[in-house]
This record gives sequence, structure tokens and C-alpha cells, in this order.
Amino acid sequence: MIETRGLRKSFRSRKRSVEAVRGVDLAVDAGEVFGFLGPNGAGKTTTLRMLATLMTPDGGEATVAGVDLRKSPGEVRRRIGYVAQGGGTWDEVTAREELIHQARLYGCNPATARERAAAAIQAFQLDGFADRRCGTYSGGQRRRVDVALGVIHQPKLVFLDEPTTGLDPQSRAHMWDEIGRLRDEGMTVFITTHYLEEADALCDRVAIIDHGEIVAQGTPTELKREIAGDVVTLGIDGSAPQALALLEGEEYVHTVEKTDAGLRLYVDVGATALPQMLRTLDGAGVLLSSIELHRPSLDDVFLAKTGRSLRDTPTDGGDR
Amino acid sequence: MKLFRDTWLVFGRQMALMLRNPVWLIVGVMQPLYFLLLFGPLLKPVLGPGNAYKIFVPGLLVQLAMLGTMFVGFALIAELRAGVIERMRVTPISRLALLLGRSGRDVVMLLTQAALLTAVALPFGLTVKLTDLLLAFALLALIALLLSAMSYATALKLRSEDALAPLLQSVSMPVLLLSGIFLPLTFAPAWLQSLAKWNPFSWAVDASRALFAGHPGDPHVWKALLILGCLAVAAAAWAARSFARSVR
Repeated sequence: MIETRGLRKSFRSRKRSVEAVRGVDLAVDAGEVFGFLGPNGAGKTTTLRMLATLMTPDGGEATVAGVDLRKSPGEVRRRIGYVAQGGGTWDEVTAREELIHQARLYGCNPATARERAAAAIQAFQLDGFADRRCGTYSGGQRRRVDVALGVIHQPKLVFLDEPTTGLDPQSRAHMWDEIGRLRDEGMTVFITTHYLEEADALCDRVAIIDHGEIVAQGTPTELKREIAGDVVTLGIDGSAPQALALLEGEEYVHTVEKTDAGLRLYVDVGATALPQMLRTLDGAGVLLSSIELHRPSLDDVFLAKTGRSLRDTPTDGGDR
Repeated sequence: MKLFRDTWLVFGRQMALMLRNPVWLIVGVMQPLYFLLLFGPLLKPVLGPGNAYKIFVPGLLVQLAMLGTMFVGFALIAELRAGVIERMRVTPISRLALLLGRSGRDVVMLLTQAALLTAVALPFGLTVKLTDLLLAFALLALIALLLSAMSYATALKLRSEDALAPLLQSVSMPVLLLSGIFLPLTFAPAWLQSLAKWNPFSWAVDASRALFAGHPGDPHVWKALLILGCLAVAAAAWAARSFARSVR
């Protein structure tokens, strides 16, 4: 559904040229939910905007929804839907009016546009507020209208930029349901997200971008499997450097990292490593405040691939 | 054909939005109305009772056209910020239509205001032939198209009210004063007159006055229509390109 080779884009700010995206290779299959992950400023939105025809790539090739992106952006527009991070509704009009107008922009005649709008209102459960002005909606309601607008022409592929950012847990769960429903209807969904648990639960495959390059691509399970074994998180008061020195040399420890409250260790088998670890630390008189053993999450994959946790990165101003 | 349909679609939405809040139509025409009611009488002794409104009203109409459409870019910045423009740019709609639909709304709004102003001026003894009036309104429409397209293109470039406001303020005043809107520039010293020759709106004011005086054959008329027609087409092309070009 999407295939890119060496997609590049740089921006000129003042006299410096900043390479925002430097050679992105992506392959998204038809009918999957594809998650695009990365810290802020990694090139997520730039890549997305290039694929959605809002920006011309400086280099590379891309086929989007079966059409060459650079040769016929107009045809790409006909085939895709795109929902920007900030949405795109106008406060003074109602959701129904926006939906009808959007369908008309895609070439529907007035009668068809009204039918499409009515169907979308039902499908996205907008009945309660569709005839009120958009300015009166809650964040979650507005987001659902945004997505409904993005798929009013029933595209084969839809791009959702941070569809759940800033939503309360209930609205987020609702949005997950909507995304699942779109996939069940046969749509390919390309989403960017900050939330790795969301990507894990929702996406069939994910790609991680960092510094404008793809650093990992695959199913969440595959990526997690790449990080062998289990993860042990130790809470240590005070003597973390000492514990680090003690455990670094141990053969059952793959990697060990310092965290805010202690250490994070990647081991082959948690059940055998843990007792050994405790004996070593106990022998040296290191006191632990907490112990946690878990399977690797996408957070761990992210940390291993980019060297930092997505949670640590400050969120940008685009978030609502 | 598609361009026409798309333009109509954008125009329809913009008109519906304007009619939802028609107070702006009135606000826009208030200032020239004040000029007509409170400043016009001062001109009577200067220009002669029969002539005053024939000279003053055509100038006022050009001023209305200029001030009424120069600032439409602000609305576009609000739309950009809300993401509406970006949402529409991802649809297959014609980029030129995004501009023409909006400018069309501006032209219709201006002509409504101009008709209102002319109607109010009639009881003061203004007389004008309908065909001449229509020709004058065609000129006003060209001014509106030119300035609204330029305003939109500038707004797309600057993307901030804080940058747009001082720019428009500093450009609008000299252009307005150099067009002889309040008094004909025949009173002006030679250097001011030669400066005004380079101002297309000065031509528009002269043409508008010639029409209200009942001289549609005056060379000022076709020259002004030609000059403003060419400028309007150039401005529309520029603004449409701005709409099409991908930005940030």
C-alpha cells in the first residue's frame, strides 16, 4: 500500500540546512494498521506530510496507494485520507456541514454527500452533537469528527497523525475502537503515536524512526523478540554506581543501563538470573528498594534502538 | 469545468459562513457611510453643491473597495491555524478554486456594500446612469479581486497576524492618499501628481469619477479597466501558486 525508497527532506532554517528525513525506506501492506513511532523531531510528521502530498520530497521514491507520489500527487490525493495532528474543523459550522462539504470536495453530488455524512455520523457515533457547532465539542468528540472527515470518501489508505494525543483514557479507548473498525472494513491505517502501549495493542506492524532514519521495522512481537530474554528493573537507593560495577561483568547480563531510580538489566532468563543477581548485590551490601521482572515491551525496544526512552522526551507544542 | 465547480463549492461555504455573521457586512460599510454623512457636507462649498457628491462618492467607493478587501488575509490566517486549509489541500480540489472561491465571496460582499453606499448617497442629490454605475462596479470588482488575492498570498507567506497587520497598515495609507480619494489630485502639486500616476488606484478613482460624471468614453475608464484587469489576473496567479505550493 505504501512503499518508499530513500525518501529525503531537508529544511533551511536561517543559513543552516537541517536534514529532517534522510533516506526512509518503508513498506506498508494493504489492510494493516501500521504504527510510525519516534521521538519528537525525529521526522515522523515530515514523512507523513510527504506521503500525504503536503510536502514535496527532496529525493527518493514513493508509491502510495498504488500511485507514484512524485509523478501524480493529484491521484494520490483522490485515494488517501489524511487527518492532521491538530485536526481541521472550523468552529462556526456543525460536524454535519463539514462532512457534507468534505464529501463534496471529493466530488460527490449534494445528495450523495448528504448520505455519506449521515452514514459517517452513525458509524462514528456523532449523533449526539453532529448538528451543534464544532466549537462546542470536547477534545474526543472533535477528534472523532476529524477522523470521520478523513475517511468520508472511503479511501483505501488513511494517515492519522497522533490520533489519540491529548485525549482522556475513555476517548482514547473509543478512538482505538474506531481505528480497529476501519481496519475491519479493509482500510489500511497509518498512524503516528507517542504511546508505545498503544502501538503494541493496535498496530500489526511498526517502524521506529530516529534522527530521520528508520532504526527498526517489524511486528511488535518480532521487535520485542530481538531484545533477547527478560528485563529486570531494580530500584536502588544511593549505591547505584556500585551495583552497576558489580553486575556489568556478570555473564548472564546482556546489557545494563542506569535509570532515574536504579538499574535496568536485560537478561536471558529472568527466573535464573534474579537469584544470582540478588546474591551478588546482597554480598556487597547493596540495598534494593524494588525489584521488577518483565517481558520486554516496545518501550524497551525503543530504548535499545534509540538509546533513550520515549517517555523521557519532552512533548512538543503541537500536542493538545 | 472542474475549476468552476470547485470554485462554486468554496464560494458557497464562504458565503454561508459570512451570512451566518452578517454584522461584518455592516461594519465594513460604516466607515464610508460616516464619511458620506459627516464629511461630505464639508465639500459642498468647495466643490459646488451639484458636483460634491459626483466627485466624492466615486472616491469613497474606491476607498471602500480597497479597505474592505485589503485585510481579508486575516481570516485566512485563522483558517490556516484551525487546520482547515491543510485539510482541503489534501483533497483533490483545485488549488486555484481555493483562492477564487474566497475572492469571489469578497467581491460579492464588496458589491453589496457599494450598492448600499450608493443607495444612501442618492437622496443627497447624486445622479448617475445605470450603465455607468455598472461599469464603475465592474472596476470595483477588479480592485476587490486584486487586493483580496494579494492579501491572501501575503497571509500565506507570513502566516501571522502580527506580521500582516503592520505590513498592511504601512502600505495601505500611502496608496490610499496617493489615489486622490478625498479630493481630486488636480489640486495637488506637480510632484504629487506624477507620483500618483504610478498608483493604479489613482487611475481607478479618476475612472470612477469620469463614470459618475457621465463620461464612459473618457480614456481614463478603459485604461483603468485594463490596468486593474491585468494586475488582478497577475495577483490571482500569484496567490493560486501560493495555495498550491507546499509549505511547512
